[in-house]
Amino acid sequence: MALVSIRNLTRIFDVSKPWLNRLIERRSRALLTAVSDVSFEIEERSVYALVGESGSGKSTIGKMLVGLLGPSSGSVEIRGVDLARESDAKKIDDVRADIQMIFQDPFASLNPRWRVRNIIVEPVAARGGKTDGLAERLLEQVGLSARDAGKFPHEFSGGQRQRICIARALASEPKLIVCDEPTSALDVSVQAQVLNLMSDLKDEFGLTYLFISHDLTVVQHMADKIGVLYLGRLVEEADPDTLFDDPKHPYSQMLLAAAPQLGAFGREVPPPTGEIPDPINPPPGCAYNPRCSRATELCRTTRPELRDVRGVRVACHLVE
Amino acid sequence: MTSPILSIRNLSVDIPTRQGTLRPVNGVSYDIAAGEILGVVGESGAGKSMAGNAVIGLLSPPAHISAGEIHLNGTRIDHLQGEAMRCLRGKEIGMVFQDPLTSLNPLLKIGDQLTETMLAHLDISQADARNRAVAALEEVGIPGASERVDSYPHEFSGGMRQRVVIALALCAEPSLIIADEPTTALDVSVQAQIIALLKRLCHERGTAVMLITHDMGVIAEAADRVAVMYAGRLAELGPVRDVLTRPCHPYTDGLMGSTPLASRGRARLHQIPGAMPRLDALPAGCAFGPRCPRVQDDCRQEPGPSIQDGAGRSACFHPLTSQGVT
Repeated sequence: MALVSIRNLTRIFDVSKPWLNRLIERRSRALLTAVSDVSFEIEERSVYALVGESGSGKSTIGKMLVGLLGPSSGSVEIRGVDLARESDAKKIDDVRADIQMIFQDPFASLNPRWRVRNIIVEPVAARGGKTDGLAERLLEQVGLSARDAGKFPHEFSGGQRQRICIARALASEPKLIVCDEPTSALDVSVQAQVLNLMSDLKDEFGLTYLFISHDLTVVQHMADKIGVLYLGRLVEEADPDTLFDDPKHPYSQMLLAAAPQLGAFGREVPPPTGEIPDPINPPPGCAYNPRCSRATELCRTTRPELRDVRGVRVACHLVE
Repeated sequence: MTSPILSIRNLSVDIPTRQGTLRPVNGVSYDIAAGEILGVVGESGAGKSMAGNAVIGLLSPPAHISAGEIHLNGTRIDHLQGEAMRCLRGKEIGMVFQDPLTSLNPLLKIGDQLTETMLAHLDISQADARNRAVAALEEVGIPGASERVDSYPHEFSGGMRQRVVIALALCAEPSLIIADEPTTALDVSVQAQIIALLKRLCHERGTAVMLITHDMGVIAEAADRVAVMYAGRLAELGPVRDVLTRPCHPYTDGLMGSTPLASRGRARLHQIPGAMPRLDALPAGCAFGPRCPRVQDDCRQEPGPSIQDGAGRSACFHPLTSQGVT
């Protein structure tokens, strides 16, 4: 059974102006659909990556997975437990302990007034667990020294801080770690160190990652399965080799063509046209149809369902 | 070779502090010819932006140019002060910054910002300036330019704003554009659009571009030559294809190895041990020495040989491939 199973997940944010402004300016409510009817499963001990541009809803899915946001409809089940609907507090607590998160900005996600030791053991201490020597052991596991436990976050560089965040995420011995752009704020050489560390830890502790990123090369390197998001909708899901060799959805094709390539010296390709549409008033039918060169009448009226095409799940009317 | 638009010789920037003088840019030399895009690449703290700011005279005190010369179109500009520098900025050198929202005035319509720049630098009438503003917006690919010229910056998306900033940088027809991480805040598809736009405008107008970025992919696609910086020094300088496919300097090699690549599959990434040294604790000799797999005794004595202009050389005593022109 899959560790995580997400079904028809939707999240709508109310971004309306206050009631009085709406009344005076005669505006209606504005509802932003950040995630729209997304379903996928994450197998145990695998890396599932979500890629997409800004506003595609990838971080919102990550937050709903860890329980920082509740779904508007649909469900997130982790080991068969739906956190939003489960009433047994003991079960919720058990599942919660199995999920941790690593954030993008290692400067904002560590409390500057706490010593590294306290930061790392907090997930365990909050549950009343034993914390003797835990921080020191974890620090060595992530490639720092045990002596660093007494220091404050400002004494570390960005890459080292991200290692501390990883150590903190490991403290409660989780099964699933949601990594929201874990290396976007880091330099290339430091990014390589952190990605290698994450791969090693995955093998060592049998972890499962939900890896959220906008960087296609990083995703290709890390993921066992990739979900491509566009305007809150899952448009394609495939394993990395299939996706990169033979992208099926026109959006995936555009995204791969647009990504800068190291070997493409002086490449002259027509750049993609258009931008992501306004999520408050998404276009009818397929969200990608205004930018798609192959769009037909059907694409402009009916939203394509995600369906299986030769082992790949893709949401496009035109893929045979 | 025709004389370069921009020529930097042994440029050093110093920041005096109570703990001693820091040198974020140390003896950097490079040229940019007309119609050429020079990519300046390096990790954070390598001094790439600092060198760009030194050229346009935007170093914030106490940082200052402590040595070296900057020539623009054959005229020395590094010692210009106040009014003289202001005339040059915008007129001869255009600047594109990373964040398009903070580089536009939110209270002025974009048309007013464009005409203001043109009126300040060019001898044209108000009406002419407005027509040219519309033309400039059309040229950078803003749909409906004649209406959008009266829009405020917040009415544009991030990619469109960056186009406005590029129009602003180009409107006085400068001979040099300094683009400091112009696409870092943008999405991949929009980044491809902006890079294509910069390349097209640069080649059409023969503008020299200094493209400062940390993204090797962007450099590979856009730049003609690339300068790799490490800890304030130039590590390697050469045609982009040579530097990226057959790096001379071990740092460039390490940087290329740590970039995830499709062709390498899922093999472990090569990692450079350690991190870039802090400016107040630079190691003796070559700054990359402590992290370098090929380090030898002479590397610990002196920083590598300095780079002078030519093609395809590195500041390394023990380069990976021969130093010669390839």
